[in-house]
Amino acid sequence: MIKLNKTLATLALAGSVAAISSPAMARDTINIVGSSTVYPFATVVAERFGTTSDFPTPKLESTGSGGGLKIFCQGIGTNHPDITNASRRIKSSELELCQSNGVEDITEFRIGSDGIVIASSKDAEPMDLTLEQLFLALGEKVPVDGEWVANPHKNWSDVDSSLPNKPIRVMGPPPTSGTRDSFNELALAGGCDRLPEAADLSEDQHSATCESIREDGAFIEAGENDNLIVQKLMGDASMYGVFGYSFLEENSDRLQAAKLDGVAPEPQLIAEDKYPVARSMFFYVKKAHIGVVPGIKEYAAEFVSPAAMGPNGYLKDVGLIVPTRDGLMALQKKLDKMPNLTMSELK
Amino acid sequence: MNNQSEQAEIVRRSLKRRYRKERRFRSYGILAIALALGALIILFADIIGKGHTGFLKTTITLDVEMDSERMYLEDPTNPDEVRMADFVEPLIVSLAKILPDATEDDRDALRGLVNAYSANQLRNELTANPDWMGTTQTITFLANSNVDVYVKHKGDDAYSIKLSEQQQAWVDELQERGVIETRFNDVFFTSGDSRDPARAGVLGAIVGSLLTMFVTLVLSFPIGVAGAIYLEEFAPKNRFTDFIEVNINNLAAVPSIIFGLLGLAVFINLFGMPRSVPFVGGLVLTLMTLPTIIISSRAAIQSVPPSIREAAEGIGASKMQVVLHHVLPLAMPGMLTGSIIGMAQALGETAPLLLIGMVAFIVEVPEGFFDAATVLPVQVFLWAGSPESGFIERASAAIMVLLTFLMSMNALAIWLRKRLERRW
Repeated sequence: MIKLNKTLATLALAGSVAAISSPAMARDTINIVGSSTVYPFATVVAERFGTTSDFPTPKLESTGSGGGLKIFCQGIGTNHPDITNASRRIKSSELELCQSNGVEDITEFRIGSDGIVIASSKDAEPMDLTLEQLFLALGEKVPVDGEWVANPHKNWSDVDSSLPNKPIRVMGPPPTSGTRDSFNELALAGGCDRLPEAADLSEDQHSATCESIREDGAFIEAGENDNLIVQKLMGDASMYGVFGYSFLEENSDRLQAAKLDGVAPEPQLIAEDKYPVARSMFFYVKKAHIGVVPGIKEYAAEFVSPAAMGPNGYLKDVGLIVPTRDGLMALQKKLDKMPNLTMSELK
Repeated sequence: MNNQSEQAEIVRRSLKRRYRKERRFRSYGILAIALALGALIILFADIIGKGHTGFLKTTITLDVEMDSERMYLEDPTNPDEVRMADFVEPLIVSLAKILPDATEDDRDALRGLVNAYSANQLRNELTANPDWMGTTQTITFLANSNVDVYVKHKGDDAYSIKLSEQQQAWVDELQERGVIETRFNDVFFTSGDSRDPARAGVLGAIVGSLLTMFVTLVLSFPIGVAGAIYLEEFAPKNRFTDFIEVNINNLAAVPSIIFGLLGLAVFINLFGMPRSVPFVGGLVLTLMTLPTIIISSRAAIQSVPPSIREAAEGIGASKMQVVLHHVLPLAMPGMLTGSIIGMAQALGETAPLLLIGMVAFIVEVPEGFFDAATVLPVQVFLWAGSPESGFIERASAAIMVLLTFLMSMNALAIWLRKRLERRW
């Protein structure tokens, strides 16, 4: 029995020693974190990079833009990721966090755009909305005769008589999603700001009122699964769905998108910022890790190469709205110099 | 006498009502079971209906002419030349040859039929067999995932067909001539994740799950059993052990994501362990399954009749001998069953792994406890959220693989119980 005890104790000790002394080993795989919106594009690049180069395929985690930047900014060393993707620009507070943890030198790459579309089944009649109308249809509180009241509009035609006489039913992403953030910020607040009543709101009230979506059943939260929204739209022609452009592209034979302010979500129009609900996507490279983890610069080069992001690039096939020719040239230059992102650029 | 027959009359009259009541009660039970079974059948029918095609792959067999001029390649053993060579052109040429109405100008349309990585496959095969240069070889390639979806799901509304009408006509023709075939999808079981549905597989996730489960089993079973034995056999019954008991029961009901947060804070941030590795995943799942194992092990120990202990003590066995020689062997089947159920629960867990970075795109199959890995349920989650419609069937197929694992674990638990259990 004593022997058994000894063996057990040794095992337990060995286990705990192994557990504590294991980390801080060298790493030869690039670690990438960040936005779920950039994830479908970055994974394609990563896989391509893994099969065509001598480096292993990078590991990609989908953590959301904010989560990604938080992990990215935690410090330098192989336990921290090398690259983070974001579907919005880094905030100055996040850059401060990075700098306070020693992550001083970061290079930013803007990798094209994503439009947020309002789509319906091809059987539905096409819709052309202004952003004001969109806000009046989906805002939690809307002005009626100068007073902000709970949204009374039941049908699209209640908002404006030119719109179809059908109940307002829109499926969209939950609040945890970056798509929802951008939709609130660009589409709803954009429409809200155009209303004369919005000028009277104080700053606090402004974001609370202009970026709140109604919760009375007209807006249906569908979870992060955009495929599910597409399937629901196929079954019900009076339903609209809010999602990223790539899902529209994948299902272009079955879905149509509403025009916003008279502009359809065409790739060209999104790339030129003419479509009102478009956002840029970025990735950030931790320069201190270049040379420590092999292949970081080569991965960035693959991402911004014409083969990936050019007018016939493979990222275009998966729905990325590729940058213009000048934009691509600027990215190539950036890759040569790897300039640091500075605080003054963010303000 | 009169009184008695009156009573009998009352009983007789109420008898019918009582039988009715009983029948109604029984039918409620049957209804509940029917509902549960119905839901299960719908679930399985849906998953199997969607997923069975995931076990098929679409291939395209071509006679590829290794023409050095078209490929810009003289010497396949020279890596520099191989890097610059064109491996797409021979595929397009051989397709154009077998499709009479296609010309080499339909390049993009023809390229859309073969998989995006076929050129890589050709390169690898040619560098492995340099003497192929200048000959014509019959090679089977994976079809493009759009072709795969079209071949399997023509006219199905849930899938989006992305081939042009011309391409569809070509595929129909090639299929008739046996150039395009569907066969068993070995790729699904021999490769890791991919963004191309045709090349995506579950092997990486299966290995990741096995590594994670191994760590969980090795840690949680001995710790859980030791904890249960101590609490049942040795611990004094006082307020402190009561307090521990209440806490273990509470822990069993804590949402799993909390264990993920704990793992992130302790193992990754405090101990500095790497993200996304099976070892940390196993540690987190150990924390999650421990309460389950302790509770079921204690129940198993409690079910050992006191007479066994008394008999052993009566012939002079020490406390330790009683426990190790008599109680533990008799309680083992119950402990094993509880552990297997706990492990099955852990196998299906995603939420805690999200926070320690195991929800990730990982192409390479992990080779050790400190290689980045993902697990089966996470793979299902990742595929279900992918825009390509080829992933609909792959996600369901992965669910079937996961369910197979779960069912075999549960079957093992039942078999162990049946085989080893003693009735008193």
